[in-house]
Formats: sequence, C-alpha cells, structure tokens
Amino acid sequence: MTAKVITVTSGKGGVGKTTAVANLATALAMDGKRVVCIDGDIGLRNLDVVMGLENRIVYDLVDVIEGRCKLKQAMIRDKHLPDLYLIPAAQTRDKNAVSPSDMVRICNDLRPDTDFVIVDSPAGIERGFRNAIAAADSVLVVTNPEVSAVRDADRVVGLLEAEEKGPPSLIINRLNPNLVKNNDMLSAEDVLDLLGIRLIGIVPEDENVIIGSNRGAPTVGDAKSRAGQAFRNIAKRLQGEEVPFMDLAPQSGLWNAIQRFAGRK
Amino acid sequence: MEPMESTPPVVQIKGIRDGLLVTFADIPWEEQRAALMQQIHEKASFFQGARLAIDVGNQPLKVNDLVDLRDWLSEQTINLWAVISESPTTEHTAQLLGLATRISKPRPEENHHVLDGVPSDQALFISKTIRSGTRIEYPGTVVVFGDVNPGAEIVAEGNVIVWGRVRGVIHAGSKGDRSVFICALDLSANQLRIADEVSAMLNPQKDPKPEIASINEEGKLQAELWHSGETNIRK
Repeated sequence: MTAKVITVTSGKGGVGKTTAVANLATALAMDGKRVVCIDGDIGLRNLDVVMGLENRIVYDLVDVIEGRCKLKQAMIRDKHLPDLYLIPAAQTRDKNAVSPSDMVRICNDLRPDTDFVIVDSPAGIERGFRNAIAAADSVLVVTNPEVSAVRDADRVVGLLEAEEKGPPSLIINRLNPNLVKNNDMLSAEDVLDLLGIRLIGIVPEDENVIIGSNRGAPTVGDAKSRAGQAFRNIAKRLQGEEVPFMDLAPQSGLWNAIQRFAGRK
Repeated sequence: MEPMESTPPVVQIKGIRDGLLVTFADIPWEEQRAALMQQIHEKASFFQGARLAIDVGNQPLKVNDLVDLRDWLSEQTINLWAVISESPTTEHTAQLLGLATRISKPRPEENHHVLDGVPSDQALFISKTIRSGTRIEYPGTVVVFGDVNPGAEIVAEGNVIVWGRVRGVIHAGSKGDRSVFICALDLSANQLRIADEVSAMLNPQKDPKPEIASINEEGKLQAELWHSGETNIRK
C-alpha cells in the first residue's frame, strides 16, 4: 500500500474542514480502506472531539515529532472502525512546534501501510497551513456558499498554485437549496464560476452534522442523512469512482411529505 | 541586510524573512560554536530577541550538542528555530528537538510582482486567473488572459486589458497618466481607478458585454459598452 495524502483546507475558519475530515475518513474506512487522520491544528485541536476520541489521547503529533513516543503510540484507533486512526494535535503547544519537513517525514512513515492519510489544516494561510499542505498529494478546499468564505478559498487556491501543489478539488459545504432558489445564497454554479477548480462534492446543510459532531459520531454513519450521503459520495470519488452528483433541488413540502411517507427519505 | 563587514569568514550572518541565518565555514562544530558565541557576545544588542536559523554544513551533531546551544541561546534571549545541515544525523537530531530543518521558501513572487526598469511600451502578459490576495504592479500595460477575482489587484502605469471577467480592483495609469483605459469582457469590478479618479459604482450585469473605461471629456471616470471601431476613435 502506498497512501495518498490528502489535505483538507479552506482559508476561512468555521466552514467545516474538521467535519469534512472526520466524515471523509470515516466513509473511507467504512469502504474498507486503512485511514489515518492527522489533526494539523496545533493548539486548537478538535478533530478528536468530532470523532469522539478525546478521552483516549495519550500522545499527540508533537510528542511524535519531538521523539517522546513512537508514531504507532500516537495513533488512536476509532471506536467502531478498526482501520481508522487519528493522530491528534497537541493542545498546549503552538504551530511552531511542527515544521513542514516534520509533516513530510510523518506522512512518509505512514505511507507504506495506509491507504489514505487525511490532514486537517488549521484556518489561515500561515505556518499551520504550510505544515498541513507540505506532504499533500492532493488538496481539498472546503468552502461555504458565502462571499467571504469563497474569497478566502480563492486566496488559498492561489497559494496552492504558487506552491505547485497541483489543482485542488472543491467541496461546497452547507448549501441550502431553498435559500439558493430564492437568490438568498450563492449557488454552487456561482462558487465554481469564481474558483474555476474541479468540484468533488456539494454537501447540503443538514442539522444531523451538528448533532453528529457533538456526539462524536460523524454523520456518514447515518444512512438517512443527506449530508452523510454527500460525504459518502465524495469518499467514493476520492477512490476514483464516478458517482453522479446528488439532486439538491429544493423539495416542496408536499413532495417531501410523500417521499417520507413512501419511506424514501 | 548584507553580511556584516566585521564578520570573520568563519561565521556569516544575514537577515532572512524568518529572522537571522548563520552559516559557518567548514570547520569542526566546537569551533563553529565558539565563533558564533563570540559573535553574539560582541553584538549582544543586535542579537537580542532574534530568531536564529543555523546552517552547520555537514557537521554531524548529536542531541546534546544542539540542546546545549539552544539552551545557551535562549539564555541570551535568542530563539533557535531551525538547523540546516547536509548531515542526516544532524537533521534527525534537529527533528527530534522539534527544530525546523529547512527554511521555508521565499514568499511566492507571483503574489507581488514589482518589475523595475521595464520599458513602458512592453506589456506584461499574464495567462491565468488572478486570485484573491494577489497584487500585480507593472510600469506599463498589463494584459490578462483570465479573470481578475475579488480581492485581487492590478496596478499598472499603462492600460489594463482583461480577456475575462474583472471583479477585483484595477488601477490603470497609476503614475498619473489620464489617457489610459481599462477594458474587459465583463467589467463588474468592485472598484476601478484611472490616475486619481475612482469609480466604485459598477453594478454587476446579468448579461455581461465587453466594456471600456476611460476618463471622459468632463474628467470623470466612465465605463461604456465597447463597439467595434472604438479603438480607432480612441487613438
């Protein structure tokens, strides 16, 4: 096995990077892949919380880098999926405790017996961002259909181009089809039109995501969740499968009700 | 910053983006270290609070060597953050201590193009989309084959021609030339400037058409639809 290292980044904070990492990693592991997530947000760690692994942390990324433990010791196994691991960030240090070459070294150590290494980038475009993208084979840029988030995503895409990281793929997160229909939200087309990069998934707004994050159980595990379905589709696309995009047309109350009645939703 | 004149050839100190970079001649580590310490003693105020990267050449350094140096430096309020070496041992040691082993690349130059001494009759041709955070300055005409996204800036002493959509800031005639123009396939910019005239009231159009902006007879910056033959009139 030679792992593919995928970094999830956004520029702006709060657009759903960590949620995307937790969900994609879980979806890939559900497909039988061996997955390691690395929380690159040193000092503000929360991937462990979203994945429900907070109370199992003994060693973290900085412990590995500074030689206080072996890489394997810092890999926390998921509660349900035996091939899903998390390397948590250090909470009591800052971004300067990690260098880009450290990230490259750790990812290279993980490559031989892993299918996917997914790196959660901190918000911003400084040291933490540079660490997170250092080892990336491909980059996913997460944005929301909001002008400020798209502006920051554009900046990040520009920086990735300058670093010659290859063209990133785009995840549009938290799209609300009803708001788009009423012209109260940027549409996926508006966002793509500006960024001009490959779209790998559109995740509809879904309250199950928040519930899942708070419970430490990523939404992909919920077969009924639309956001979960979107993340599962992205995971398939990351594995090279062609999956059609979900129909996100706003559903009228009546049609919705009929579908629910018919057990399709 | 230039290497300091009084520096003996054993140690060279120069300013880099992330602080100071010290490079040594190819001599044993003890001598390198002694020379560095001497430099720091002599110029204590210069080094105070500095962020230091050292390039030790191919000296193999052990954890103790670096820990001693790091601790000594931190007593002098100097922060050792990077150790660069061709020796794998030293690299490994530095990584164990959480020190960087590579100085980050200089800021990508395309984020800030300033080209001097280019004759103004030569245009700068850019064949890609200019993204947020990018600023292009040029002492002549700029031609972009691509979009100019929101948050990007083009500052040209001459004309600005965009074969694409403009949604960032464009400043043509930045040194005061009022005869220049800005034209684009879709001029939905949030701000246009020619010389010292500013226009901020450009409404995005439903059905964009090529437009050209210039300073009209009343001295106002004005954008109008482009018609063929326009360029002849303008000349």
